[in-house]
Parts: sequence; C-alpha cells; structure tokens
Amino acid sequence: MSLEIVSRPHVENFINWSKDKPKVVVLSADLTNSCEVGKWRDTYPERFFSMGMAEQNMVSFAAGLAREGFEPWLHTFAVFLYRRPLDQLQMSVAYPNLPVRFVGFLPGITTPGGVTHQAIDDVNVLRGVPNMTILETADATEIESVLDVAHAVDGPVYIRMLRGEVSRLFDKTEPMKFNTARVLSKGNHITLLTSGITTEEAMRVTPVLAERGVEIEHLHISTLKPFSDPQVLASLQKAQHGVITMENHNIIGGLGTIVAEVMAENAIGKPLARIGLNDTYAHGASQKYLLSHYQLDAMALIKKVEKLLGKDLNIKSEEIISTREISVHSSAKVEAL
Amino acid sequence: MENLDFKAIEKTANNIRKRVLEHTVKNNGGYLSQACSAAEIIAALYSGLVKMAPLASALIPEEFKGVPSESFRDYETGAKFHGKPAGDLDRLIISPAHYALVIYTALIETNRLREDGLDFFNKDGFTVEMIGAEHSPGFETTTGSLAQALSQAGGIALARKLKKETGRVWVFMSDGEFQEGQTWEALAAINFHGLDNVKIIVDVNRNQCDGPMDSVMTIEPLAQRIKSFGWAVDVIDGHNLPEMFAAGEKKTFKPHAILAYTDPMKNIEILKDRLPVLHYVRFGSETEREKYQEFYKAWSL
Repeated sequence: MSLEIVSRPHVENFINWSKDKPKVVVLSADLTNSCEVGKWRDTYPERFFSMGMAEQNMVSFAAGLAREGFEPWLHTFAVFLYRRPLDQLQMSVAYPNLPVRFVGFLPGITTPGGVTHQAIDDVNVLRGVPNMTILETADATEIESVLDVAHAVDGPVYIRMLRGEVSRLFDKTEPMKFNTARVLSKGNHITLLTSGITTEEAMRVTPVLAERGVEIEHLHISTLKPFSDPQVLASLQKAQHGVITMENHNIIGGLGTIVAEVMAENAIGKPLARIGLNDTYAHGASQKYLLSHYQLDAMALIKKVEKLLGKDLNIKSEEIISTREISVHSSAKVEAL
Repeated sequence: MENLDFKAIEKTANNIRKRVLEHTVKNNGGYLSQACSAAEIIAALYSGLVKMAPLASALIPEEFKGVPSESFRDYETGAKFHGKPAGDLDRLIISPAHYALVIYTALIETNRLREDGLDFFNKDGFTVEMIGAEHSPGFETTTGSLAQALSQAGGIALARKLKKETGRVWVFMSDGEFQEGQTWEALAAINFHGLDNVKIIVDVNRNQCDGPMDSVMTIEPLAQRIKSFGWAVDVIDGHNLPEMFAAGEKKTFKPHAILAYTDPMKNIEILKDRLPVLHYVRFGSETEREKYQEFYKAWSL
C-alpha cells in the first residue's frame, strides 16, 4: 500500500474554501498555528478573532455571533471544546441549535501531549447532547471535504480533526458524505466498522485477511451522529461470525457503543468485539507506540478476528503492511504540543 | 431625558413589586427579593433606557410548542416582546433567568405582555416559566446558567459591529455572577475587542442562594475590579431613577458597567424577618403566608 502523505492539508484548503463565504469567522483560543489557522488569520484578519485562553467565553461568544447570522468555526484542541466549556456548549449553542462549528484537534491518542491533550471521551460526551452532529476525519480527503459537510448542517457540528502529516486514504474525487459509510471491502464473514485513524490501521491487514479466506465487509464511518445509514444496518445483519468496531476513543460511548445500540434495537444477536481504549486514560508517547500499547492497531484487529472465527490465522507481524512512520518532531509537527 | 416621567416609572417599579408579591402569595413561593431590589432597574430598562420598538398591542404568551431542533425550525424567542429589531435599536439580554417573574410583570406594566398572560405563569405546557428559556417572554437567549449571557452579548455586539449596526447590547446581570470565572473572561474579551456597544447594569443586592454574598464569596471591590478590566464603571443607587438614566445615557467610548446597589427588601420590609436568607421565599407556615397576604391587601404604593 503506497500512500500519499499530505502535509497540513487544512491550511490552504480552509483558506480557499472560506474565500466566497464572508459569514465564516474563526475564533481561536491561543492555539492558532497549532490548529493550522495561522495563515487563515493572516489572510482574513478582519474575520479572525483571538479569544485568548478562555474557552467558556469563546463558546458563548460564538453563540452570539451565530445568532446574528455568522458561522463561527472554533479552532482549538478537542479537549478544550467539550470538557471545560460543556455547559456553554450545551446552553449557549446546542439548545438554540445554532450553526457553530467545533473543530477539535488531537482526537484520541494522536498527540504525545498526554492525558490533558487527548480527547478520548468526546464522542461519548457529545453524543448525549441533543441537536449535535458529530463528524470524524480519517485522511486528507476527509479533512478537505468535512468543511462542506459541516457547512450544510443548520445546527452545531463537532469535528474530530486531524492535522500535520496525514495520509490520503480516499481519492480526492470521493469526498466525505454526510451520514454515509464508505464501503472499503465487501464480505459476509465479519462486518468491520472503523473511524478516524483506525481505518488506516485496519487497511493494513484487511488484504492479508482476505488472502487467508476471511471475507471482511469493511465500512469506514465519518458521521457518528446521526447514525442511520441503511448500508450499515444491512451489513450488520448479514455478518455471519459477528461484528468488530475499531475507534480512536474509549470503547464506552463511541462507535462501539453506537453499533451495539443499533444491533440491540434491530435484534441482531451476534457477537460484537470493540477495539478502542479499554476504559482507560492514555499517556504521552508517539502515536505508533500508543496504538500498539493500548491495542488499537492492526495486530489488535487480527486478534479480534481470530476470536470471532475461533481459530488461529497464523499471521506474522511482518505480513502486516507497513505503515509510514511519523516522527513526533518532524517539520510538519513543529507545534506538536 | 428631560421627557422622562420619573413618577410614572416609579409607579411601574412599585407595580412590579406588587404583582410579584401577589404571585408569591398565590403560589406559596417566589423570587420576591429580586423584585424588591431590581424593580427600578427593570422598570427603567423597559421605560426608555433600552431603545426598543413599541408593540402595536400587548402579546399573549404562547403555549410551549417544543425546543429548538431540526424538526422545529419555527421556534420563536421571547425577543418578540421587545419589538421589531432594527440596526439602530438596542438589544436587551436578561442574564439571571430566575428574575423571570420580575421581567414578565415589567412587560405587563409597559404594554408588551397581556395582563392575563400571567395566568399561565408556572403552568404546565406554557412558556411563562418560573425560570424559563429563550421561548419565555422577554428572553432573547437562554441564559439561566449564570455568566453565559455576557459572553453571548459580546458575540452579538461583535456581530453588530461587523454589520455596522449602531444599536447597543444591554445585559441585565445579577451580582452573584461575578463569582463565575466566565464573567471575567467575558469582561476581558469585550474590552479587548473594543465592544463599546455593550452596556451592563448589575443588580448589586449582595445576596445569593446561601445568604449574604460576603458570607459566601465576596466580589468586592467590584467597581475597581471591573475598571481594571478596561471598562467604564458607574456606581449608582439602584432605586434612584434620575441617577440610573444619567449613567445609562452616558457616552463612555468603552464597554460600560453600571453597578446599581440595591436593597433586597425595598418597599416590602417584612422580608427582614427572613434574614439572612432572601434568595427564594417559601412560606414556612400558613401564618407567615397570611402576613404577606395582609401586606399585599394593604399595598398603597
């Protein structure tokens, strides 16, 4: 698998996208370059507003702007958008169903910043907020196309956003579609649902599993709320051996839980194996290390497949398609913290 | 200001107190001390201090039709009781939503809400709620979670500047909100972004849910603290209407805070028997309720 690696796709894409949208404004809480909007600020200084390290105020301020017809795009680390200002997010923005865009960087274990910077429970917290839409990006194409998807929602949207050096998993001509899964492979044995960076991990082993005769139906999920794509239900229903979910998030309250609800409501009595942080906080280290240490990686997926099938597939680690390695201190990560 | 009839506004203020007292007796409870402290402030806000369009006739409050959502796009806010908005007119954001009954009675006194609208107060299935949200008469935003109104007003004020509107954004606040960190974030941001179209008026009644503020968490010296955040500050007697209008109409070229120091037992002195806790009145006995009933019957202000 040779992947195109794109450096900071959000920087130029967001500038170009905003050009003919004068109501789009950006609010930032002292993480402007870290959230790849430094150049946006310099391009559109009259619609960029520095709010300082004061996220509660920033969120309610955004609500006021949205009421007056503007479309605020809040850029900061995800943890500072849903943990600290949750009351403001709910009462100022979500209750009145205002079109505020929460662009949350550093989802899950994508940062060496450790527990304070790792948004591991954001989907869980925000799923319970009425009126909220939740999107997650997995590659450069989704980083580029999530803007249109969010823009079309007449209400608040939370985005799990990636930054820095990112893979291009999906062709540029196939943008993210609202509430629509991407079917990455077809098969009847196991249905595998992945989101965010775990999709790339899964893609490292699905061809190897296919060689072993395991037919996996791999669905990539980019809309976590709402969650009503009929393709997903059909796929869950036909899976002969069961279902696996894989997410860069606590296994409680995220994709695994969402799928469990769908299965229970539709009386799909099959095993469900959830891959994710196993109800634990993580710590500061490289993404590659954390994926492996917390068993969110390709090898973890093989183990779950083996468990569902009840047999050892005897896959050696060298058979797993190697992935790019991002150095924590590479040039695209200068503001890594 | 020379056209203002302070006697009439004074009467409005006392009618607010009287109506809130009536409902407190009727419902065996209510936010009565807030009417005592804020009656002149709220009467003034609706009697010319805030520039808002008049209504052709007083409105009757709606039934509760649902919360804003994708399937309910026609949700109407209580802003309609403030008249048709315009670029040169002011907005009024009420921050402490538990002052709702004071707001409703002021709307009645200023011909914006029909008197029989209060028949729906605190009644299941209606919008005239005890604390309320932005569907409640007079509420332009949802603000009962304290300190959020000032930040929301900052966003509205910034948007109005971007749209070149000249109207101001007024926020009525309670003093307890200055214990919230967000208030200070908002004060800093409003000053930093040069939003001199924001005016706040604070009911400094020095009381909160647990009792006197100085026993819970002091906020003094409030004027000095707000001034140090770059705001213009006026300290006034919150029951003195000429002082209030003089401060309100001042051109400050900075965001402007008017600290109105008030008496939470003003004109209903029998509240002193409930000291030190005044925040919410719930009668302890039928005898106490009768005492307030008698006080109401004898009302002559």
